[in-house]
Amino acid sequence: MPLAKWLDRVLGPRARLAVLGAGILLPLAALFPLWRITMFANQFPEGLRLAIYSYKLEGGSGGADLEGINILNHYIGMQDIAAADFVEMKFIPFALGVFLLLSLRTALFARVRDLVDLTVLLVYFSLFSFGAFWYRMHSYGHHLNPEAPIKVAPFTPPLFGHQHLANFDIYSFPGPGSFLLLGATACLVVVLALDARRALRT
Amino acid sequence: MTSRLSLIAGLAALTACAPSRTPQTGQGGQLADARVAAGRTYVAPGQLDEYYLFYSGGHSGNVFVAGLPSLRHIMTIPVFTPYPGTGYGFDVDSKQMLGGYTWGDVHHPALSKTKGDYDGRWLFVNDNANNRMARIDLKDFKTKQILGPIPNSSGNHGSAFVTENSEYAVVASRFSVPIPLGTYAPITDYATKYHGVVSGIKIDSATGTMSLAWQIMTPPFDWDLASTGRDVSHDWVVWTSYNTEEATGRLEVTASQKDRDYMVFVNWKQAAEAAAAGKGKIIGGVRVLDPNDIPGAMYLVPCAKSPHGADFSPDGRYVVCNGKLAPYVTVFDFAKFQQAAAAHDTTGSESGIPVLRFESVRVAEVPVGLGPLHTQFDDQGYAYTSLYVESAVAKWKVGPFDGHDSTLVVAKIPVHYAVGHLVVAGGDMRHPYGKYLVSMNKMSKGQHLNIGPSEPESSELIDITGNGLTMLSEAFTEPEPHFAQIAPATLLHPIEVYPKADNHDPNAIWAASDAKIMRRGNIVEVKLYAIRSYFSPSAIEVNQGDSVIIHITNGEQERDMIHGFGLALYNINVVMDPGEMKTVAFRATKAGVYPFYCTNFCSAMHQEMQGYLLVKPRGGPAAASASTQAGPVGR
Repeated sequence: MPLAKWLDRVLGPRARLAVLGAGILLPLAALFPLWRITMFANQFPEGLRLAIYSYKLEGGSGGADLEGINILNHYIGMQDIAAADFVEMKFIPFALGVFLLLSLRTALFARVRDLVDLTVLLVYFSLFSFGAFWYRMHSYGHHLNPEAPIKVAPFTPPLFGHQHLANFDIYSFPGPGSFLLLGATACLVVVLALDARRALRT
Repeated sequence: MTSRLSLIAGLAALTACAPSRTPQTGQGGQLADARVAAGRTYVAPGQLDEYYLFYSGGHSGNVFVAGLPSLRHIMTIPVFTPYPGTGYGFDVDSKQMLGGYTWGDVHHPALSKTKGDYDGRWLFVNDNANNRMARIDLKDFKTKQILGPIPNSSGNHGSAFVTENSEYAVVASRFSVPIPLGTYAPITDYATKYHGVVSGIKIDSATGTMSLAWQIMTPPFDWDLASTGRDVSHDWVVWTSYNTEEATGRLEVTASQKDRDYMVFVNWKQAAEAAAAGKGKIIGGVRVLDPNDIPGAMYLVPCAKSPHGADFSPDGRYVVCNGKLAPYVTVFDFAKFQQAAAAHDTTGSESGIPVLRFESVRVAEVPVGLGPLHTQFDDQGYAYTSLYVESAVAKWKVGPFDGHDSTLVVAKIPVHYAVGHLVVAGGDMRHPYGKYLVSMNKMSKGQHLNIGPSEPESSELIDITGNGLTMLSEAFTEPEPHFAQIAPATLLHPIEVYPKADNHDPNAIWAASDAKIMRRGNIVEVKLYAIRSYFSPSAIEVNQGDSVIIHITNGEQERDMIHGFGLALYNINVVMDPGEMKTVAFRATKAGVYPFYCTNFCSAMHQEMQGYLLVKPRGGPAAASASTQAGPVGR
């Protein structure tokens, strides 16, 4: 089947349902942390916890942990980690809504072309958001006040996995929000792949 | 030389032959096997105790908190005495609460109750010295209110026992004086011009706030200890007395002439109603009832010589009176008390208070031993009586009282030494917890490393499960525990930090950028921010003679991140818990430069957490009218 013809093909009912499902997962991702960072030390056996949502930062212990992390970071001259610095937090919730609408559109008109657009945009959006998050972390760790009481070499806080920094063991992992985003993206990719395989066979 | 050696050898032999006493265990009481006792009382680092022990600090004016079974002292709650360790008595609020007094004498802590059982909300304590009561909030373990000095009453000993639903806490005068306070009368007029007073302190059920509700004037007996009724005896409180001889001088002799003194039973409900109805008269600014104003609400019952404690059994059915100069405790039946009162079965009266016939109310005399002071109860139907003279604790069965009183005592254990009060977990509740007893001994006499002549008191932990008494461990306590309360750890839910969001004080600030120095005439008011590891502002400039008010906010929300503010040579030290704001006020009388610093170790940069109060001398250029200073670099 020629590519142009395939792109104009209409998806089957099961594929439409899958696209609809993926679309609904996307705004749900806003309800859960996208990322979780936990810092353990001898005197913090319960850990200092930070949850990063698509639209806010939430410290553990009713918010006290974020203040605690910022107070500790000020000794090395790091600026306060604040939601206001994360430009992403303004556009991600909006974007999730846009993707829900695009998913509904795809499920309704159900042309392969729409599905390709949706999938490519969503993958791009996810990678861009992750990149922006990395840049934010890198920026916090590389713009240290030179007059700080404790001088440390510039560093990038861990994005994934474990890092030992001074007396802290820091663990950074994606949260349920990221898994929902990943799940939705994977769902769209699988639908697209299955349809492409069928198209190739005919 | 050889003869001298042999003499020494002979002396040594003599010494070896001198009689010595092996530690006694007493009937049914034993010292636990060391490994068993260690296992029962060891609480590993990071593990938590099972019970709170709140024990009074006597004339230190404080309350101590320990954990059981470890018996480890965890904290001191300052109540009637300034305590630089937590800055108590240095800030404006606590200073005002102390009212200029620098000590008190805490004897009997009382946990608030609901339906006769501890509810874990407040701890009420008395001040035996200056007639006061205090309330400690168990949300943060801080003294929140000091009531008093209570008018007309002198020496608040028989206190702070609370009624079954914390309707009232009670107060009684240990010392009779002419009233209102401040009145002079010669000591020779003791029997006529001096008065005892018992009082009811109303407790607000929502806030715990105490207020004086009623007082009753009594003969000049020395009121001693109290106990509050439960269930059938709900409306009643009982106090013991000594010196019913109404004597003066050497009371140890003059007040020990009668074979029996009195317990007084007071119906607090009727007393409150009579006061509300406007009976009695105003003395010292408060309404004071005469016993004649409340017929049927006040009775005397004779009790064996110079009693200390009178204690209601958990079901409220019996009162155990501990006559400290008698070798037994006397048990009274509350039902028989009611029958005798209804039948006017009296043997006389004292100042209008009927004296009920002793034989009609008494049901048993249990021969517990010498010097019974105070009785508590467990959940298995046993009572425990402290024996001061015998330096022991007796365990006995609360009934049946069928004439075989001597068979009721089941065990006894010596303590080291001279026990005053004892406390059983929940031992004055409707449903005691049992399990542990702490014997609070007045003397420790070398049970510890020798620390010179000023020896501490000793507290001994005794396992009371089963039929016996087993000594588990011992700890030493600063002066001086009297009574105590034991509550399970699960009953209390204290906060960890003061949440910023709950602090609505306009003088509290939550960012260094909000710190400021304001001047109004000769008054300099500072909003000071304390957070790891700096003060903002770090320099405060004033003129000599200025009134200085500093509001210090600890901006932390992290557990145990406490900051102090110590001002050298101005005798000021306050300590702020996370999220707490305190105010200090003083006059800058001394010119010069005075450092202030964080007194409570907070962080790696704690030592750097400091600043200066700069006092410009009179006659020099005046300090800036207003200025603000940001925090140090790096922030």
